[in-house]
Amino acid sequence: MSSNNLDQLYRRVIMDHYKTPRNKGALENNSVNIEMNNPTCGDRIQLTLQVEDGIVKDAKFDGEGCSISMASASMMTQAVKGQEVDTALKLSGIFSDMMLGKEYDDSIDLGDIEALQGVSQFPARIKCATLAWKAMEKGVQNEEKS
Amino acid sequence: MINKEIKSYFPILNQEINGHPLVYLDSAATSQKPVQVIEALKSYYELDNANVHRGVHTLGNRATEHYEGAREKVRKFINANSMEEIIFLRGTTTAMNLVAQSYGRANVQEGDEIVITYMEHHSNIIPWQQLAKERGAILKYVELEKDGTISLEQVRAVVTERTKIVSMVYVSNVLGTMNPVKEVAQIAHENGAVMVVDGAQAAPHLKIDVQQLDCDFFAFSGHKMCGPTGIGVLYGKKELLNNMEPVEFGGEMIDFVGLYDSTWKELPWKFEGGTPIIAGAVGLGAAIDFLNEIGLNEIEKHEHQMAAYAMEKMNLIEGLDIYGPTDPQKRAGIVTFNLNDVHPHDVATVLDMSGIAVRAGHHCAQPLMKWLEVSATARASFYLYNNESDVDRLVEGLRSAKEYFNDVF
Repeated sequence: MSSNNLDQLYRRVIMDHYKTPRNKGALENNSVNIEMNNPTCGDRIQLTLQVEDGIVKDAKFDGEGCSISMASASMMTQAVKGQEVDTALKLSGIFSDMMLGKEYDDSIDLGDIEALQGVSQFPARIKCATLAWKAMEKGVQNEEKS
Repeated sequence: MINKEIKSYFPILNQEINGHPLVYLDSAATSQKPVQVIEALKSYYELDNANVHRGVHTLGNRATEHYEGAREKVRKFINANSMEEIIFLRGTTTAMNLVAQSYGRANVQEGDEIVITYMEHHSNIIPWQQLAKERGAILKYVELEKDGTISLEQVRAVVTERTKIVSMVYVSNVLGTMNPVKEVAQIAHENGAVMVVDGAQAAPHLKIDVQQLDCDFFAFSGHKMCGPTGIGVLYGKKELLNNMEPVEFGGEMIDFVGLYDSTWKELPWKFEGGTPIIAGAVGLGAAIDFLNEIGLNEIEKHEHQMAAYAMEKMNLIEGLDIYGPTDPQKRAGIVTFNLNDVHPHDVATVLDMSGIAVRAGHHCAQPLMKWLEVSATARASFYLYNNESDVDRLVEGLRSAKEYFNDVF
């Protein structure tokens, strides 16, 4: 097996987030509660956020899916927690660029998220990695409208 | 005859994927195409292409002969009584929608029942859901036995005199179960209902005889049986089709067009609005010739053997669960499984890196996934071009996947 290639996808930090997800569960005191799924493969995420004064005070996720989708959700909640909504959306844009293999803004420290860069080499798995970010974007946008 | 040479008829199989010879185990999604089918399409487009049923010119006649010739091949292939009962459509999904929208709308009233099962593909669920909602009818499900089979007692308990339509898959695309559709058709008829059979996974793999099954409608897709995509068949009993209204209107399907009213062509053309799928039918005809040459009984036997061999080898992998009937004689060459602690997507990616193509996900059968209490599964499906060494590669790949993820944890 070409395990070198696989190692590009399944970085240790990704497997760590998969095995020990951060911010797993649901926030009771939430201002955003959104469920999203990947209709072609059955991945599902429920994201709850507490947004106050334009800041994501807290974030939790629940759901089921492959290692990439669940690790990405865990990393996403970690990244946006405590950030301004605008920053969270900016991060989402950067992440999307990273997945598409485009040049991305590296002025912001992405932390663990950087480990997901290898996913861009596996086109069939990109939608696994972006599910949680899409849920966050949509949830935050709905919240702003209301 | 199925022998080692059979792979050489399928040019696509002769390539490397990620540095390994391709092992294609996703034929339940779509089958690969033999040179005979590819050549038939090429030759049709290079020599005979024209529109059918209209031109006076020679090419028009040739194209019409090819198209109607393919219909006769299909008729023989499923032993239908007449060519009027063979309608060319895009595929099984379109066929199910036609039955629901034409027969269903005309015959299902408020409070009537439509019966399906928990193991249906979405294409045999949603057309009935929509019909039931529109007509105020009741959609009922036959529960499955623990081993993923259907019992006739269950069917008898669900089908009543208010049932107008019973629709069931012949071979499950997830469990591989071969269902007793002939006996179910009898129960449907005793209650005055019609029997619709989703034959998408059956037609490629076993001899079909619609008269012997005594089903009222039978649908299948060309691309799963070595034919091209975009061509499928709806068989219907002539007396039923005669009384049904078309659902697509336009060219090809009309007899006389007035300013405010029109009349339809005879069967089967009244259901084939627009320029038909001519090349698709030619390709399907070539696929049928190819399958007949090998023999459907031979193919079915081969698949039972493949299922038996795969299940025997896969069962030796600790932590691997196989869904569906344990008796290989009760199933077609479809083995759906999960490797514990490793999500099926991850299994599929690891296998892909070794050149092995399997499907991962819910296989367009979300109610069945719910019944199995899983969110997704991996599926290896075999066809006439697969052999035991393909199974060995799969098993080796699964062992590597398990090892890889155990290491990572």
